[in-house]
Amino acid sequence: MDRVMKTFIKIAAVGAVFALAACARPMPDAQVQDPYAGAGGAGGVGSTALPGTAEYFKTAVGDTVLFAVDQSTLSPEGRVILANQAGWLNQNQGFSAVIEGHADEQGTREYNLALGARRANSVQEYLISQGVPPGRLRTVSYGKERPLAICSTEECYSKNRRAVTVVSPGAGM
Amino acid sequence: MLRKLFLTSVMALAGLGLAAPVLAQDGPLRIEITDGVIEPMPFAIAQFHDEGGAGEYLQQVQSLIAADLTGTGLFREIPASAHIARPESFDAPVSYEDWKAINAQALITGAVRVEGGKVIVKFRLFDVFAGQPLGDGMQFDAATGNWRRAAHKAADQVYSRLTGEGPYFDSRVAFVQESGPKDARRKRIGIMDYDGANVKWLTDDSTLVLKPRFSPDGSRLLYTSYATGFPQAMVMDVNTLATRSLGSAQQGTMSFSPRFSPDGRWIVYSLEKNGNTDIYQMDAATGAQRALTNAPSIETSPSYSPDGRQIVFESDRSGTPQLYIMGANGGEPKRISFGEGRYGTPVWSPRGDMIAFTRQVSGKFHIGVMRTDGSEEKMLTESFLDEGPTWAPNGRVVMFTRVTPGGDGEPRLHSVDITGRNMRPVKINGAASDPDWGPLLP
Repeated sequence: MDRVMKTFIKIAAVGAVFALAACARPMPDAQVQDPYAGAGGAGGVGSTALPGTAEYFKTAVGDTVLFAVDQSTLSPEGRVILANQAGWLNQNQGFSAVIEGHADEQGTREYNLALGARRANSVQEYLISQGVPPGRLRTVSYGKERPLAICSTEECYSKNRRAVTVVSPGAGM
Repeated sequence: MLRKLFLTSVMALAGLGLAAPVLAQDGPLRIEITDGVIEPMPFAIAQFHDEGGAGEYLQQVQSLIAADLTGTGLFREIPASAHIARPESFDAPVSYEDWKAINAQALITGAVRVEGGKVIVKFRLFDVFAGQPLGDGMQFDAATGNWRRAAHKAADQVYSRLTGEGPYFDSRVAFVQESGPKDARRKRIGIMDYDGANVKWLTDDSTLVLKPRFSPDGSRLLYTSYATGFPQAMVMDVNTLATRSLGSAQQGTMSFSPRFSPDGRWIVYSLEKNGNTDIYQMDAATGAQRALTNAPSIETSPSYSPDGRQIVFESDRSGTPQLYIMGANGGEPKRISFGEGRYGTPVWSPRGDMIAFTRQVSGKFHIGVMRTDGSEEKMLTESFLDEGPTWAPNGRVVMFTRVTPGGDGEPRLHSVDITGRNMRPVKINGAASDPDWGPLLP
């Protein structure tokens, strides 16, 4: 499903929930309330992706693990996230995943491509060790070509040294 | 095509003996690219003569020859306003005293005409203080659309005669143009003259492309493309723009960093399998592949020696990326870099005498050069991020990518000579990276 379609469905779903809520609690005639007041707060309408969706995987399970400089070793925090990823993938067998390996901008283009591949592979191996069939996983390295954060300090670099598991419907590849 | 012929009416090569006093002690006028040279050699270009229909080309050719020479940092042009002599024709005798008086060490005379859709450029070079020509006069012709090449050829002759080095002005550079924000960069491959003129685009920016590299004859480019969603080594015909995958990556693997051997028979590249990157070699004719390294460390950025017998590459087998040399068939590599920090992207000089590389140390990046045994290591540049040197065809200048820091940081192409002097940006519009300097054009 492409991003536009996903967004559209999300908006439609939120709209429907809001409409139902409005029907259930008719407003008093005398009071005119801004229906958007407090949205997102206690009185607003929250939205949560359903568990069997790519959006849920990204936001609730966690699609990203981070790495130390030049390293492709998984951190304890990373292993927890990957265990959750594996659990989700094992529950949602209709999905496959591409694991993207990334590096920060320190380092040459070519070395970083190889380093990104190492990171993606670490994630792939861990997911396999947690029972995800290898046929549902693939890796790609972007090296330093696709930073998430764009400043040139460690604050951004630490976010860019990452592997991102991108799931999509489709059982194998 | 470009043709050249020696002017028959000119005297033989300048003899040894009397020479310019300042820049050379003995022998013909000569400026050497060494650490000792600080003062550019002053030269003059006598107003070129229009020998028929030269029109705008007259001044353009003359200016481009001057720009090529001054752009090296080795020469300084004495402006026309200071000239005393005004030769009446291309064949008029040279009044050496008038050129000595303004301290022109070298004098270039020339003529331009346009005939049958071609620009014809003639030049002669003189050693003013020796009072004699320096080599034969020559003539170059090119289609009017290629007039710059005729001027570059003339300037190349002057450069070679005055430095003793090989020519390089008549050459092209492949590069990657970058646009868009840093976290969503778009890239396309371009090709340009060495000085940034005549840019042509070879790909559009719909697909991420990296690291174009010329075949030895300049007719093809190797590069890395994400067209399939995964990095793959590709080859493109520069004239027809036809592309194909090298077939070097199977499903689930990634191939990148391809480079031709000097005879064009082989392609070396990096192949990643299960997270591990090694160097492979492919027979360019048959596609047969084999591994040249087999180590759990990262091996990448291979580059052949000009005789094709050795390959320099980078590996982090010691714990940090360092430079190694192995035979063209693989075998036990020998480490050649031992300084602090990280070394990468080694490139063997076309002259065979040096290796240029990227070095990262103490939070800075450098472009450096070293002898092929690792001795005489020298940093040519220093900045937030310099990387990916490529050699001019004569092995005396390198071009590289310099990236500025920050969220709006951008790459630009720069060149520097092997003494670390004459650092200058390449004049092209927009951000650019990954230069690869092609061969001298025929």
